Amino acid sequence: MKPNETMLRIRKPTRNNQLFPGFGLSLGFTLVYLALIVLIPLSAVVLKASTLNASAFWETVTAPRLLASYRLSFGAALMAGLINSIFGLMLAWVLVRYNFFGKKLVDSLIDLPFALPTAVTGIALASLYSKNGWVGRYLEPLGLKVAFTPLGILMALIFIGLPFVVRTVQPILEDLELEYEEAASSLGATRWQTFRFVILPTLFPAILTGFALAFARSVGEYGSVIFIAGNIPLVSEITPLIIITKLEQYDTAGATAIAVVMLFISLLLLLLINGLQAWTAKRTGRNL
Amino acid sequence: MSIEVKNIRKTFGDFIALDDVSLSFPTGELVTLLGPSGCGKTTLLRIIAGLETADQGHVLLEGDDASETHVRERQVGFVFQHYALFRHMTVFENVAFGLRVKNKKERPSKEQINKKVHDLLNLVQLDWLHDRFPSQLSGGQRQRIALARALAVEPKVLLLDEPFGALDAKVRKELRRWLRKLHDELHITSILVTHDQEEALEVSDRVVLMNHGKVEQIGNPDEVYDHPATPFVYGFLGNVNFFHGRVEGTNIQVGDQNLKHGLDTGLAPGTPVVAFARPHELDIVPAIEGENKNSDGVLAQIDRILSFGATSRLELSAIENLEDSGLPQSFEVELSRAEVQKRQLTEGLQVRIIPSQLKVFQRT
Repeated sequence: MKPNETMLRIRKPTRNNQLFPGFGLSLGFTLVYLALIVLIPLSAVVLKASTLNASAFWETVTAPRLLASYRLSFGAALMAGLINSIFGLMLAWVLVRYNFFGKKLVDSLIDLPFALPTAVTGIALASLYSKNGWVGRYLEPLGLKVAFTPLGILMALIFIGLPFVVRTVQPILEDLELEYEEAASSLGATRWQTFRFVILPTLFPAILTGFALAFARSVGEYGSVIFIAGNIPLVSEITPLIIITKLEQYDTAGATAIAVVMLFISLLLLLLINGLQAWTAKRTGRNL
Repeated sequence: MSIEVKNIRKTFGDFIALDDVSLSFPTGELVTLLGPSGCGKTTLLRIIAGLETADQGHVLLEGDDASETHVRERQVGFVFQHYALFRHMTVFENVAFGLRVKNKKERPSKEQINKKVHDLLNLVQLDWLHDRFPSQLSGGQRQRIALARALAVEPKVLLLDEPFGALDAKVRKELRRWLRKLHDELHITSILVTHDQEEALEVSDRVVLMNHGKVEQIGNPDEVYDHPATPFVYGFLGNVNFFHGRVEGTNIQVGDQNLKHGLDTGLAPGTPVVAFARPHELDIVPAIEGENKNSDGVLAQIDRILSFGATSRLELSAIENLEDSGLPQSFEVELSRAEVQKRQLTEGLQVRIIPSQLKVFQRT
């Protein structure tokens, strides 16, 4: 049993019988900190939105332009998270399992999307994929338009979400001993069966965590997207952009109403992912 | 299935793990590869399994060259020191794994798999744990499950890599006996790797002693214990005392003290030798003050007397013979408790150590 699991088992630590002292103090501090940093600003959003009456609120958040933007924002974020899960796993695999020239460099390149100002990313991507850009000029004749389309948004979200899955999977993969694979192949499993039934289930919780992080980041992404999106209403306009637009028109209540909806959907999706994680953990005996 | 390895050589960089090793393992025997860590025993086992490839040489399974066969097709059951049970699968799923990954043509039906897994779990006496996860089992239980999992695919050979190495002494002993019993029931050709000489002597039909990538001696447990072929084997199997000296007729001259050997060593007088004796092959007599220094036996002082059970273990240090490190050479002697009392041996007493039996090797 890991020590932190031991801690979780202590529901009501008594004063004389504590495995780790300071439970009350540390829990109190954690809650106050969370409240100050996360909950209070978020409840301010909800409060501000509640200055609208119900019908005005509903009208604001269900405008066709907004409905289209929800679909785009959440759809593209989910898609980008999915793509990043697959390729992030591959990247982590290559970095952990093989030695090659320039491995250190590749490893540090992974974090670049974290470090780059998002506007730089957006401008770079937009100029790369535009009609006259280095890549765009070859895609355009093939009928593939990337810049100023939803595809461009997806590109930007894949870019900024890249590090999450790599960085969550990498340490788990490093700790995964070759013995398991050797055991599997000595039992007659093919490489694919070993990957599918032995390695992947072990990595799945980490992939899920990485996916959730990449998804959450993508939903809220603004800077890198607006440059490449083209921001055409009903086509390539993301929800955060509509919020900014409303704010620029001094429609704070409308902006916060949309924010509340985003908040709600995000929370729901993250809860869903957490639930999925708990379910896999339970199914594989990790939390027992 | 019989196993044969021929002229196996394996290096890791500059390190020679196996140096031209040839061995044969007859069908149905349990053979132990015994040696200190780094002697190449695990590497040899992994080469036989197909988890490692030799730089040179061949592995023959049932007479056929299997050197190029993938581990998947070698039909070997491999048991790892740290169990390597799949953490996300229950005990049942772990044991069933080898059956479920078979291709459609060979895969048994669900009912057959079910029956087989429960049979195997009964064989290792752990059927009641079938729905648990490995993390909920003790070390000994995990290793038994790992064994059941390896047996599920009906391997022709069972290879065990220090299977009891991570367990505590009591469980290790229990499992050792249990493994021997299991082997007597199944008669599957098995190779066990260990560095524990007691385990090797107790469990195996034959012992292969290895050192520095070479085979030192092969024989059944009695043979290797009673007639060690090399100084290494003598030193590795059981506790041992040694004396550095020179041949002097039928005696061994140690410093200016004399040890009776009694047998003709066949070595020329003056040849440097090392003489071995087990703790129970040494006798102790109190040294008499002022007696001739050159009389029989090596002068030593009793440091500690440890008495548990029927025998007493005495730790002594030499008075005149220093080791290379500059510390006095130490000896270990086993006497019955009654003898210790009769001779009034106490800690701090000066005594003479007189071997009743010596095994002499020329020093190289």
